[in-house]
This record gives sequence, C-alpha cells and structure tokens, in this order.
Amino acid sequence: MTSTSVEPAGRSLRRRLAASLYRHPRVQLSGLLALPLGWLLIAYLGSLALMLVSAFWQIDSFSGNTITEPTLDNFATLAEGEVYRTVAIRTIVIAALVTVTDIVLAFPIAYFMARVASPRVRGLLVVSILLPLWSGYLVKVYAWRLILNESGVLNWALDPIGLRGPGYGDVAVWLVMSYLWLPYMILPIYAGLERIPSSLLEASGDLGARSGTTFRRVVLPLALPAVAAGSIFTFSLTLGDYITPTLVSGTQFIGNVVYSNISVNRPLAAAYALVPIVIMIGYLLLARRLGAFEEL
Amino acid sequence: MRIRSLGAGLAVVALVVGACSSTPGGSAGASAKPKPSVPASIGAGEGKLNLVAWSSYVVGGSGGEKIEGAPDWVTPFETETGCKVTVKIGGGSSEMVELMKTGQYDGVSASGDATLRLIAAGDVAAVNTDLIPNYKNIFSGLKLQKHNSVDGVAYGIPHGRGANLLLFRTDVVPETTDSWSVVFDGGDKYKGKVTAYDYEIYIADAAVYLMATKPDLKITNPYALDATQFKAAVDLLKAQRANITTYWSAPQAQIDAFTSGDMVAGTTWQYQANVLTAAKVPVKAIKPKEGTTGWSDTWMISSKAKNPNCMYMWMNYMASPVANATATVWFGEAPTSPEACAEAEKQSAGHCDTFHATDEDYFKDVWYWNTPTKDCLDGRGPICTEFSEWTKAWTEIKG
Repeated sequence: MTSTSVEPAGRSLRRRLAASLYRHPRVQLSGLLALPLGWLLIAYLGSLALMLVSAFWQIDSFSGNTITEPTLDNFATLAEGEVYRTVAIRTIVIAALVTVTDIVLAFPIAYFMARVASPRVRGLLVVSILLPLWSGYLVKVYAWRLILNESGVLNWALDPIGLRGPGYGDVAVWLVMSYLWLPYMILPIYAGLERIPSSLLEASGDLGARSGTTFRRVVLPLALPAVAAGSIFTFSLTLGDYITPTLVSGTQFIGNVVYSNISVNRPLAAAYALVPIVIMIGYLLLARRLGAFEEL
Repeated sequence: MRIRSLGAGLAVVALVVGACSSTPGGSAGASAKPKPSVPASIGAGEGKLNLVAWSSYVVGGSGGEKIEGAPDWVTPFETETGCKVTVKIGGGSSEMVELMKTGQYDGVSASGDATLRLIAAGDVAAVNTDLIPNYKNIFSGLKLQKHNSVDGVAYGIPHGRGANLLLFRTDVVPETTDSWSVVFDGGDKYKGKVTAYDYEIYIADAAVYLMATKPDLKITNPYALDATQFKAAVDLLKAQRANITTYWSAPQAQIDAFTSGDMVAGTTWQYQANVLTAAKVPVKAIKPKEGTTGWSDTWMISSKAKNPNCMYMWMNYMASPVANATATVWFGEAPTSPEACAEAEKQSAGHCDTFHATDEDYFKDVWYWNTPTKDCLDGRGPICTEFSEWTKAWTEIKG
C-alpha cells in the first residue's frame, strides 16, 4: 500500500482550492462573510430601504391601493399636523424619563453587585435580574394592569393612608416601561463597574479623596460609557414600543400612530416611522462620543 | 345541540356536481355598465379554504379559531365538503382590507366599513347567488343593501348583524340611563372611566348623537359628513378624550376593565355584555334613544381566490340554518334567516327576540358601518369627508 502518484481527482481539486484560498486571504474572507453580509444587505437594510422608498409614495384614498408616484405629501402632512409633533414629543419625553429613572435605579444595584456583594450574593442578584427577562413581555404588562387598575393591588395598598394610584395614563406607561427595561440598564453598568481596577479607587483614597470625591471623579467618569450603552437600550426600546401604551393608557406613541395608519395609509406610516430612526441616529452619534460602543 | 345539517349537506353535494368553469354568467343584460362576470356553476372542492374573519366567526375544525367552551361549526363543514379551513383573524376592518390585498385568502367576513373599499379596489368578486341555495331564505332586509351590493349585483352573503350598544355599570351610572350623553356631554361625571371603540369608524357614533341633539347640523347619515358636520363630530370626540380611560379594540380588554371598574360607560357589542352579565358584574347594555351604529357582516369572495369552489360552499354553509344559528348565537348577533332563527331558538331560547332578528323596526335607527366616501352616501354630491380623513382625524382625536 504505497501511495501512488495518481490521486483521486476530487481530492486534488479540494487541495488546490484550499491552497489557492490560502494564497488569497481576501477571497477566503469574502467567502466566509458572503452569507451574513448578504443577509444584512438584502433582508435587513433592504427592508429599511423599501420603507424609505414607500414613504414617498401615496395612496388612493378610497380603494387603499398604493400609487407609486413619488411625492412629498406624506412629509407635508406630518409637518402640518400638530398631533404628529405632540405624539413624537411625548414619546421622546417618556423615553428620556424612563432612561433617567433606570439609570437612577440601576446604578446602586450594579455598584453593589460589582464592588460590594460576595460572589454568592452576586450570582443570586444576576439571576434575579435576568429572571424577568425570561418571562413573556405581555405577561409582565398584564401583571402591571392588575397592579394599576381601579380595584388593583396598588389602590388596595394605598387606600388605608388615603391615597390613590395613578391609574392608567402616561404615568402608568412611564412606570411599566421603567420596570420592563431595567435589566438592560443594570447589566452594562455592572459590567462597566466591574472592569474598574480596585487599585484606582485605592489610589484615590491614598491621595486623600473622600468616598464622595472618589465616586464623582473616578468611578463616574469611568462608568459613563457603560451608562450610555445601557441608555441606548432603554431609550430605543421605549421609543419603539406601542403595546404598553395601548394596554396601560389611552395615549399614543409613535408606534401606535404607525400601527393605526399602516393598513389604511402605508406611505404615511412609513414616513412617520422615519422619525424614530432619525432620533436614534442622533442618539447613537451622541452615545458614540461618550464611548458607549466600547461597552456594548 | 349539534345536529348535522343534512339539508345543507345535500345542497352542497348537489352543487359539487357541476364542473369547474369560469364562464361569465351575468353579462346577458347589455346595459351601460357591464355587469361583473360571475361563475355560472361551481365544481369540486379544492380541499382547502383560507379565510380572513372577525374573531369568533370561524371556530373549530382543523385550522379554525380555537376557543375554550365554544361550539365547533367548522368541523361539520370540513366533513361535508373536504375543504380544510384555515382562518386568519383580522384585528379590524382596515387590517382585513389589507390582508385581502395580499391575494392569499379566498374570502373574508367583511363589515360595512370594509366592503365598499374591497369592491372599489377590485379585491373581491361579485357573487352568483343562484349558486347558493340558502340565499333565498335570507331576510330580504339584508339582501342587496348599500354595503353589500353595487348596482343591484350582490358582492357577498350576509353573516349576521347587530347594534353597537351603550354598556354601563349600574352601581355607578343610573340604571334609568337611556342616552349616549353619559359618554359625551355628560361624560365629565365619569371622568377617566369612559371608554370608546378604538377605530376611526367610531366618529360615526358621535355623528349619530349629533343627529339627535344638534338638528341644526342637518346630518342625515352618520357616514356622510361634510366639513362642518365632520368638525362637529371630531370636536365632540376631542372633548370626550379628556374623560377616556383607555380605548378598547379587543373585547377581552373591555371585559377586564368593566370587571375591575376602570371603565363604567362606553360603547360595546352584545358579546361583552353577555360575558359580564354571566360573571355577575352589575352592568346593563341598551340601545340609547338617539339610535346607534351597528354592523351587518358579509362573506365575500376574493377576486384572486385560489379555492373558489370551497369558498362558494362556505358561503352557502354559513347561510344554512344550523351553522348560521350556531355562529350567531355564539357571537351574540342576529341570524340571517327565519330558518336560522328557528335553529337558534333550540340552542338559546329567545335568541332572535333578544337580538331583534325579525324586527326591522329595531334596526331602523341602527346605522350599519359603512365606508365614508367623497361622494356623499346621502346623495349631496362630492362634498363629504372620505375615509382617509377619518383615519387622520382619529389620530388627532386621540392626541
């Protein structure tokens, strides 16, 4: 059984292919990336492009059939209609409030987890923070409906001291969203704080800084990118949500207006859907300057 | 309770005898407007049927809606015809119109605010009612109406009808209430506890109220509103907005909120009232003295139907006494024929009286959902607000 000079044709082809790929790393790389990049370009960016294009179309008002002549009418409608501005501002304000609330709530928890808690307690905390993420979104919102409704837990608990809960409305939306997205804020901040070397804190102490000064001048600047990274999640998730507003309030978010128009006037819905995209691009540029992308 | 509808079965078998054909049938009369072509006969079932329907309209069977405790009226149809039914539940009229545009579905249970749009867009086809034996039994008050026909050509088979009612909690709102004013002018008393239907068609409810309370506006049809009338209705709803807790679109959300007391007054369907009454929640549902809006739903066949024979069989089946009675008793609406009423009586005593199936007088001040068009439905000319404006206004009302 000595190996002869005649190799099976298939094997030699494979070898030659392997050899030529080895010599041409660029071909190798593009072969590897073709599928994921194709997906990104066609399915992911393609659908966005389609939406962008359809924002310039119009609709036959009676039959609802799309007319594919380009027009700026949809944007004029959005600019003239006061309600679209009100809804956009409301959405942005609540998204900002939710983000701030989550930062305030998340920072102490994350700090405790990263710097104070024993490994056992830390593990328990991580699990208990992740736990709500594993349960269904709708279940969580409906649980809040039960808490906030007229004969709900909150009113029952507040009744003895003569107070009442906020009921359904903007406040309810703010509360529920803050609850829903809190884990997305805790985890990046926790990861960010954990990476701060203890030696820096000790050095700060050695140089005479009190704990407050150390927190302000050492911890906070180093944790800022992590906070910005977390805020991208809370802000964008609130911006895009439309189910919570319908379930716990009577008000509209950008998503609700898009939803109620999508089957009647898709071009208008597409034009309005560009608003959160533009806002998010602005937000991401800002977050990038704060170094959030190194923390993601 | 579930007697196999032998008559309907035989009728379908008789229908299946014909061969599949798309010969234009109704083009005999050479009038100015050519009549739309309809099939002259229907052939064997294709074995499949894809429907778009309101929730609770297509229940049971292989691919119908599964509802705990509901009767199953799809299985008998599948056994008789061999057509396996799949249903896609539409969330509202506009969503149904959009779904029908995809061409994936054979038929739809369309309300009056969808039918004319579907016809105008060419998404649904005219129906040869001669091929539907049960059609002749249907109450004449439901046939060839403004919302289900064009120029005397039928575009579907009636499914059932009902009125949108005023629902209120009797422990908060006086039991003698007989007017929509509790949700409009007098709604301040129940601030934060009023509800309304979360679709633009609800503007017509405000118009019905204005018809009775502001005769100066001269509204003759709540779906035919000129600019002044439309503004009055929209302003009324903007004022109502301050008293609204949440708008409802899913019946279950309204049931929950009336049970917990978050809602105490608002428009409803008989279905929610029945569920709440059965759960001993102190509520009452009435047709207020100003009249009301309502629906008269129609099974329509898609112009691109891939399974037209099965769809014809379905339309005939849903007009058959047992199926129509079972479906309308379950949903809580009026059946479409005297025969279906007799069947409904067996399933739920007094059903047709409760829902005024034979009482045309009751439906006189019930304005069935219709599609607002630029050409006023009351014949005043092209001065009315069209449906897309209603959608825009609804966004503004909700703010």
